[in-house]
Amino acid sequence: MKYLDEFRDPELALRLIDDISRLATKRHVLMEVCGGQTHSIIRNGIDRLLPDEIEMVHGPGCPVCVTPLETIDKALAIASRDGVIFCSFGDMLRVPGSGRDLFSVKSAGGDVRVVYSPLDAVQIARDNPDHETVFFGIGFETTAPANAMAVYQAKREGLTNFSMLVSHVLVPPAMRAILDAPTNRVEAFLAAGHVCSVMGYEEYDPIAAEYGTPIVVTGFEPLDLLQGIKMAVVQLEEGRAEVENAYQRAVNRKGNLPAQAMVADVFTTIDRNWRGIGMIPQSGWALADDYRSLDAAERFTVTDIATVESPLCHAGEVLRGTLKPDECPAFGKECTPRTPLGATMVSAEGACAAYYLYGRFRELEASP
Amino acid sequence: MTIENWSCPMPLRDHPTIVMGHGGGGQLSAELIEHLFVPAFGDGELSELADAAVIDAGGLLSFSTDTFVVRPRFFPGGNIGELAVNGTVNDVAMRGAVPRFLSVGLILEEGLPMAELGVIVESIAAAAAHAGVTVVTGDTKVVDRGHGDGVYVNTTGIGTLREGADIRPQRAEPGDAVIVSGTVGDHGMAIMSVREGLEFEASIVSDTAALNHMIADVLDTGADVHVLRDPTRGGLAASLNEIANAADVGVLLDERSIPVDRTVAAACEMLGMDPMYVANEGKVVAFVRASDVDRVLDAMRAHPEGANATVVGEVTDTHRRMVAARTPLGATRVVDMQVGEQLPRIC
Repeated sequence: MKYLDEFRDPELALRLIDDISRLATKRHVLMEVCGGQTHSIIRNGIDRLLPDEIEMVHGPGCPVCVTPLETIDKALAIASRDGVIFCSFGDMLRVPGSGRDLFSVKSAGGDVRVVYSPLDAVQIARDNPDHETVFFGIGFETTAPANAMAVYQAKREGLTNFSMLVSHVLVPPAMRAILDAPTNRVEAFLAAGHVCSVMGYEEYDPIAAEYGTPIVVTGFEPLDLLQGIKMAVVQLEEGRAEVENAYQRAVNRKGNLPAQAMVADVFTTIDRNWRGIGMIPQSGWALADDYRSLDAAERFTVTDIATVESPLCHAGEVLRGTLKPDECPAFGKECTPRTPLGATMVSAEGACAAYYLYGRFRELEASP
Repeated sequence: MTIENWSCPMPLRDHPTIVMGHGGGGQLSAELIEHLFVPAFGDGELSELADAAVIDAGGLLSFSTDTFVVRPRFFPGGNIGELAVNGTVNDVAMRGAVPRFLSVGLILEEGLPMAELGVIVESIAAAAAHAGVTVVTGDTKVVDRGHGDGVYVNTTGIGTLREGADIRPQRAEPGDAVIVSGTVGDHGMAIMSVREGLEFEASIVSDTAALNHMIADVLDTGADVHVLRDPTRGGLAASLNEIANAADVGVLLDERSIPVDRTVAAACEMLGMDPMYVANEGKVVAFVRASDVDRVLDAMRAHPEGANATVVGEVTDTHRRMVAARTPLGATRVVDMQVGEQLPRIC
């Protein structure tokens, strides 16, 4: 843990905040791409310690939040079947589908299990040869190598009772979609450090150049975030738009090449629908032809899905950075972690959850 | 009354069936208690919602019950047997009582190895002897294979109230210091580290322990102790929220001062969990008059279970019914009650 405490040092943090205050001569709007960064910013109160010139808007980097409703409904249908062991990352369980979530499937008798790694789901498949084990393979580039590895291993071993429901999404096309939007206000990005630890950051060069937008690869601890913000502000003030790395202890330019090779073997790039945002071309990964036999979406025919999104939910605008969670009329009223209308209110990386859990009572700041 | 014409109270209608979160010690558990159990069982001692009830049975008694369904039954640092004794002993002690007698009810699943039952029963006996309580009555039921999880244990405890003791959540008052007796999150993460599908290599050991001797020493100092609470399910955060609600006060924590074992902190970091929400089985949260803090800390630290006792915050008359924490960077955040159970996140 020493490694983490070093990046939470309050004195150094305050010094960085001073630097940022001195450097920012005008208003700047920065987007942190990843929901893990959003939670760290809100939980530590970084947004409130920054000078007024710096506005942080929260990006779409919450994999649970952007998984299409139709895919979630499909997952709920598969998980409800007899003879299926449905494995998922924990924070998917409370995400509302059309009217229910995986928790309610579990309480109705579905065999839903939380695993920390997709390889654990492969083990469950080995241990339960008379059951179909399905893993809900979602996430950005960060989780893709482990998910790819699980599929690869299952295929190599000839495990016929393992399959994966895949809904992977990619960061660079989402950044382009945000910058292309007519309502966009984002002037610089803090790129998601863990995504870049897999993919490197070369692929961001064309985005920075084409749009004139600084991109700083940034980590998750308070000092990481403040360092990333500082570097982005320096670029904006100097009129530069480059890709820089503020997370050198975890990220290099090329990324993790063996992980990329595994991903390239197992997945193929496709157009993907993002919940709340819509179709983004070439923004997702699905199983490549060689692994199609392990695709749960093909193995289990699910029909009669009629998706119903709450009309009160503004998660899409929150995910695009055009609405702050507490500006949503339903925030804290119809929509709470207890009664979520959208995934952003329940995910560990959802911006609405961060605001509700940590940032809800800003007047506390004023109290002694 | 039939199932068809039973009318479900309002917030419970969101869930037509019991979900795991109803047992998670968070908001869903609290709603079940507030909207089903308290209305059904009356507004007497039960409505104090303390760890134990104080009843007059020709002398004041502290009375509590708890059921243990932990999986796995054997975990690093203990097993379900000693956990069941320590849990109820602690609940009884949290009212300022001397735990005296226990009942033990066992629900056994057909096929349970006799050797496992033997070990569990012997650890019940050892834990009871250590805590100075006597098992005086019990019950055993066996359910069909597949209808239980090996062993479920229910324990009920009775203790005699110390002269003049008035320790309950409602007594928290502005100015009180908030003390925890040691590192938080140990038990929950020890269980998590060995649970199927989540195993990780970590030497985290459950903190299961009877605290009655330590609490007796704390009270012997004559310190003005207002509240004692056993922060089990839902962790420190749930206990503090419950107390803030019961006493209509605010609690302000200093996040940096909350003791967390390094391995537990690292495991929580990895799984995306907050140690403040993770269960403890051998810790006490004490609300005491600020001027008595040193006496209480000295008494706690004289016991191995209280070696890391420390002040983590204070009671305020602002932000009532809410727990807040000063972050290391000096901002303030809310420490809410979890809805259900904490879940490991995706990445």
